[in-house]
Amino acid sequence: MREYINGNEAVARAVRLARVDVVAAYPITPQSPVVEEIAAQIASGELDAEYIRVESEHAALAACYGAAVTGMRVFTATSSQGLAYMFEMLHYVSGSRVPVVMAVANRGLAAPWTIWADHQDSIVCRDTGWIQLYVETAQEALDTCLQAYRIAEHPEVLTPVMVCLDGYVLSHTEEVVEIPAQEAVDTFLPPYKPQRVVEPERPLVFGVGAGPDLYPAFKQAQQEAMDRAREVICRVDEEFYRIFGRRHGGLVDPYRCRDAEIVLVTLGATTGTAREVADRLRQEGIKVGVLRLRALRPFPAEEVRRALAGCRVVAVLDRNCSFGYEGAVCTEVKAALLGLKEPPAVVGFILGLGGQDIRQADIEDIFRRCLAAGSGAVHQVAAAQSR
Amino acid sequence: MQIRWHGRGGQGVVTAARLLGRAAAVYGGKFAQSFPSFGTERRGAPVTAFTRLAEGVIRDRSQIYRPDWVVVLDSSLLGNQDVWQGLGPGGSALVNAPRGLAVSPPPGVNLYCLDAAGMAREISGHLPVNTAMVGALAGLTGWVKLEAVQGATADLLSPSVVEQNLRLVEASFRWGEKIRKGGRKE
Repeated sequence: MREYINGNEAVARAVRLARVDVVAAYPITPQSPVVEEIAAQIASGELDAEYIRVESEHAALAACYGAAVTGMRVFTATSSQGLAYMFEMLHYVSGSRVPVVMAVANRGLAAPWTIWADHQDSIVCRDTGWIQLYVETAQEALDTCLQAYRIAEHPEVLTPVMVCLDGYVLSHTEEVVEIPAQEAVDTFLPPYKPQRVVEPERPLVFGVGAGPDLYPAFKQAQQEAMDRAREVICRVDEEFYRIFGRRHGGLVDPYRCRDAEIVLVTLGATTGTAREVADRLRQEGIKVGVLRLRALRPFPAEEVRRALAGCRVVAVLDRNCSFGYEGAVCTEVKAALLGLKEPPAVVGFILGLGGQDIRQADIEDIFRRCLAAGSGAVHQVAAAQSR
Repeated sequence: MQIRWHGRGGQGVVTAARLLGRAAAVYGGKFAQSFPSFGTERRGAPVTAFTRLAEGVIRDRSQIYRPDWVVVLDSSLLGNQDVWQGLGPGGSALVNAPRGLAVSPPPGVNLYCLDAAGMAREISGHLPVNTAMVGALAGLTGWVKLEAVQGATADLLSPSVVEQNLRLVEASFRWGEKIRKGGRKE
């Protein structure tokens, strides 16, 4: 069914289609419409789920954690300060290997206070042991939430997933979204069958602790699960394509990269704007491409290397900053290119912090600056956007 | 095609942007994108919203700086420079105003004034003018059919006000269509 909805509504539709059992969330701009919509679906009976009202994001994720260990399919959503408030529980959930799915409507972090989009909130959660998938469109937000349950619940993975969508730019922008039929979703995503559950009728007490003798093995198991998740993410996207006729690139989504001299690496919604610019410059005979990273964790190092090996300059657009160094994605891309015989130059650009609009002119400027860049030099431009 | 909507909080500006997009996307077989000026909204404060329409998938995610059309729901905003920003020769403006304007648009801009408030009053007391402006724009441009605007109106508005808004949309659409077919400007 062809619908016209925004990213938040697309996420809420996915939650309904996934037949989620338990939702616990605390409203925060720009995520609020997700939980409002889900609450309305539960109130009207469209979604047969338990909505647990909580006093904070920390409690929201704690409630999801508890529900998930009993074998429920759970969902939560947040943004910015809310995600920061969940920080402690993020590690409990991933370390306990429960398949929670969370939507993050990306928003910058205070101070200064902001409600507008950048990726700082989820980027700082890169090392919490969650799979992170960044989406480009409202359609992909819906599709990826469905895929996220297949990935998270996969017995070889059992790792929570964050589905990250740019605040406002996706969360509050209406566009055409194809809503899959419930029967097709039921085929793609059958009910969750956990291998082990804690039964409320037979309560047990657990001390989730490990001494130096055991702790490293738990962490190694998490890392290995992340490694296995790479293949699972790709397989799930392919299986989704077979049923619904849409796919989103698995781990990476390259656009006109094959013969490109300059490739811009992106996350999220800005990619669409970059594709427009790439097409325009191609008409001028300038060979540019765009590589969207759909997965940031697990990091698709092999795919990044393959996509970028032939180009002269790689530009990385970071909507975040790892203060004291550079944009986080830039660091990751550079590391992935180490060891290549003739590595491309890598130039980092930090743009769009706190909702600063990323215009076609800004992307064109990046491409043109890279065109002028010498070969071989690996340097960093942490540019505040000039206007 | 890029449209910027101006009005005040409570006048249904964001709904107007969405309504046109929905009419085109769900009932017109086109592609559309609509979004509010990102941020908080307060009753009475100036509000802007945006709609993009196209025959194919819309990939651009940047805000709209050079609108083809500006639609103003509240003529008290016309003194504000923001209303005309980026609107150049060949661009068009549709304003909710009973007669000629005290403030002129930039040179070369086609101006259309509809007494949408009067039209709304006539049809049923005090309706907001947002649906009338969408209907008028659809009639003026021919981008979407009357039935498409009415379909989207029925989807988005609460059932108690749908009926009178459908009539308002029809009246304003006919007004715009007549100008389009007659080639008349104001």
